[in-house]
Amino acid sequence: MVTNNAPLLEVKNLRVEFPTRRGTLLAVDDVSFDIAPGEVLGVVGESGAGKSLTGNAIIGLLEPPGRIAGGEVRLEGKRIDNLPYEEMRKIRGARIGAIFQDPLTSLNPLYSVSRQLVETIQTHMPLSASAARARALDLLKEVGIPGAEQRIDHYPHQFSGGMRQRVVIALALCAGPRLIVADEPTTALDVSIQAQIIALLKKLCREHGTSVMLVTHDMGVIAETADRVAVMYAGRIAEIGPVRDVIKNAKHPYTKGLMGSIPSLGHRAERLTQIDGSMPRLTEIPTGCAFNPRCTVRGERCLVERPELMAADASRAACWLHDAGGVGTPVAPVREMANA
Amino acid sequence: MPDGNYVRIEGLKRYFDVSAPWLVRKLEGKPRQIVQAVDGIDIQIAKGETFSLVGESGCGKSTVARLVVGLYPPTAGKIVFDGNDMSERRGQGAHSTLRRRLQMIFQDPFASLNPRWRVFDIIAEPIRAFGLSKDKADLEKQVGDLLRQVRLTPADGRKFPHEFSGGQRQRISIARALASQPEFLICDEPTSALDVSVQAQILNLMMDLQRRLKLTYLFISHNLAVVYHISTRVGVMYLGRLVEEAPTDTLFKRPKHPYTRMLLDTIPDLDMTGRQRAPVAGEVPSPLNPPSGCTFHPRCPFANERCKAERPKALPIEGGTVACHGIEENRIPIEDRSYTARG
Amino acid sequence: MANGSSWLHRAADSDIWWSFKSSSLTVVAAVVTVLIIGIAFLSPLLAPHTPFDPGSLSLSDGLKPPAWMTDGDWSFVLGTDDQGRDVLSSIMYGTRLSLVVGLASVIVSMAIGITLGLVSGYVGGTTDAVIMRIADVQLTFPAILVALLIDGVVRGLISVKRHDEIALFVIIGAIGLSFWVQYARTIRGSVLVEKNKEYVQAARVIGLSPTLIMVRHVLPNVTGPVLVIATINLGLAIISEATLSFLGVGLPSTQPSLGTLIRLGNELLQSGEWWITVFPGITLAALVLAVNLLGDWLRDALNPKLR
Repeated sequence: MVTNNAPLLEVKNLRVEFPTRRGTLLAVDDVSFDIAPGEVLGVVGESGAGKSLTGNAIIGLLEPPGRIAGGEVRLEGKRIDNLPYEEMRKIRGARIGAIFQDPLTSLNPLYSVSRQLVETIQTHMPLSASAARARALDLLKEVGIPGAEQRIDHYPHQFSGGMRQRVVIALALCAGPRLIVADEPTTALDVSIQAQIIALLKKLCREHGTSVMLVTHDMGVIAETADRVAVMYAGRIAEIGPVRDVIKNAKHPYTKGLMGSIPSLGHRAERLTQIDGSMPRLTEIPTGCAFNPRCTVRGERCLVERPELMAADASRAACWLHDAGGVGTPVAPVREMANA
Repeated sequence: MPDGNYVRIEGLKRYFDVSAPWLVRKLEGKPRQIVQAVDGIDIQIAKGETFSLVGESGCGKSTVARLVVGLYPPTAGKIVFDGNDMSERRGQGAHSTLRRRLQMIFQDPFASLNPRWRVFDIIAEPIRAFGLSKDKADLEKQVGDLLRQVRLTPADGRKFPHEFSGGQRQRISIARALASQPEFLICDEPTSALDVSVQAQILNLMMDLQRRLKLTYLFISHNLAVVYHISTRVGVMYLGRLVEEAPTDTLFKRPKHPYTRMLLDTIPDLDMTGRQRAPVAGEVPSPLNPPSGCTFHPRCPFANERCKAERPKALPIEGGTVACHGIEENRIPIEDRSYTARG
Repeated sequence: MANGSSWLHRAADSDIWWSFKSSSLTVVAAVVTVLIIGIAFLSPLLAPHTPFDPGSLSLSDGLKPPAWMTDGDWSFVLGTDDQGRDVLSSIMYGTRLSLVVGLASVIVSMAIGITLGLVSGYVGGTTDAVIMRIADVQLTFPAILVALLIDGVVRGLISVKRHDEIALFVIIGAIGLSFWVQYARTIRGSVLVEKNKEYVQAARVIGLSPTLIMVRHVLPNVTGPVLVIATINLGLAIISEATLSFLGVGLPSTQPSLGTLIRLGNELLQSGEWWITVFPGITLAALVLAVNLLGDWLRDALNPKLR
């Protein structure tokens, strides 16, 4: 859990940009956060918020032409954002494990599961072939693959979606990483399987003290799994704090709207809370607070001055509501539609 | 029981032949392979209500939607809409009148609009196809009204679909479905491709439209929380069969079928911070080779010999029906569930 | 957000135009193509002579070398052939004919291929199997052989004089029929993808007829790859016509295309009159190369994976 230890992962002022012919798009804009050893940090946001890009930037797998344009990423105090590709590749297997949304793309369909596991283990650990195979088998048992002794020599297509995602998790665990970056690990799975994978991730985290950066759009998954959560909007962190505080007592108007719009089984209302409009495209991010056109409590200050993260009870939120100066004179929100 | 005279689905079946081509089959000695995507379903929907079908991927819920709307012919069974048997052959005119009255909203807002067409033409197409406008000015007025109804502006009609966000496209899709002034809308996972805040917009819009236009919905979804909010009645499907069907509150407060309970257990809920969700063992079997008897028996903690051998019949109970031997024999206790409100 | 921008504005802003501008080789190819096509179709106005008007020919002008050589004559810049026809003018008229045959046969094979591909993909089942098996069989013959076969059959059926009159149509038909398979297969593949998309299902829910759905919804969304094939096939069709004409089964020497010109000149190559065959050859090579480069660029520009 969160302790006074030095953070395992530090991300400071990270910027990711995409040069296009219409100018450079800033997809991740000045994002900073820490992950403590053994902590699960959820990164949540809607599509286009920059959450996956943040994850990819940390593991050094940004798709060109995307590139890190500023800031730094430190793992156990050592900078890893400026490493040459080969060195980063070694760290990616040994110190950071990666889990992606579609288990099929993480596995080579032409190799058996044992071969992929053994190869990964031997790349990062000085083990003989038989020792590596024994470790592979242990990993498969640990991620809960029934009949691991037989299934270890099967090919990826012989596994179901949920089982494949377990294999991917085993693959990420090969070299005993300190950090796992999981990008939408449950999105492609059915709800009942989702629950199994989440339980597995939590168990591994508890038993090995591995930290997890869990990137997802599913607030429910975050609620169950994460210790802290960072809510991203238009490439920036809107709010970051302990998961209970962010869910029950959101400090940023966007987070509030987001939580309200998730249907809950607790009560049934005539209408769900909704946030009008949609997230701006990267080419059209408004000045000041990026959320201001959709915000119901905005003021003049929000239109011109961009809020940084500031303390708000147990969390930190990028909203002038939590600044001594406030939002200034209230401004009516933009109405998207002609009639209501 | 609901007034079943509006939409009545009886013994609906749809099998798909997924065998290899004839020559390959003969050469390699493989048998024919049939997927029983929908394997005998009875549903009654009353006018003005929202009937939801839920289930995991591959349970056949989307196939039911496509059968009802006429995209596939059923293998067996019938669909009766407002007294008209949809499978009966009838003249072009009568058939067109029926089609006009039921329309569909699709899942993927990026695939459901023709990328080469302007929004105006997309929405005008049903009006033109059913001959519902007097002249060009009338057509323009109708399309403008439809766009306003889904909270876009008539000027948006001049744009192409790629100029809109996912939520706006789904509203265009809804406007197209409303263009022929239908009474019954089949909605196939209309919000599952959208972000949550946009999902709320679309669900609110759909509920508003239902009240205003007296629409009846058949709503297909895998998201139980969404279903809880929008539905009057809910049916739960598993491997092509309806395992339980009940009024929404009854289904969520007093679920009966073990599969329904399992689904409810696995909903990730915001109130579960830090709580361990009880993960359910096992996965959905392949519909190519469904288990015998009750298809849920390999995953069911209450299964016995009878469940393995005999297919359970739908049993009326507490205003709904459930197909489970355990419930019928009173082996499985029915308990009330409570959910805490967030806040 | 009123959409006031004109069609022209949108085109200039499009990704295609951008990718075109940033590839200098493509721009050169486009300029060459436009230049050749422009000159060819304006040949009645631009050509210094009318080489196929027997009245204007004089045998005393025969076999003049290009103007910059000794015995050259600046009124026949690229020299003359044995009949005294101006090579430059012959090339201009010949290119026009080659282009007409090329374009027309591409249109013929596109029409056949797109129709069969749409039907095959959308209807499926036995219809699909029959059409695709015919396509498979045709693919086992080289296109030029199919064209030769068709030309041979027509020649067997009608008189030589009659054949010379309709030679142009025969060769267009022959080349057109030998290239439809590629279109049909490509279209069928795209249709199989598109017809399962929800916008097609939406049209079916409205109750539109299959023909309307194919023409209005599916066709506009599968034309991209066809455009690429058409451009590349234009080069192929021009070459095929040249080959047929070179072999003597194409256009008669009274209406010579580039291929006919090369054949006629080839007979005089041995006696040293190289210009009669070399200049039409260079023109043919430049035209086909430029068209193929355009086709390659179009293929890459329309392929989202390469962007």
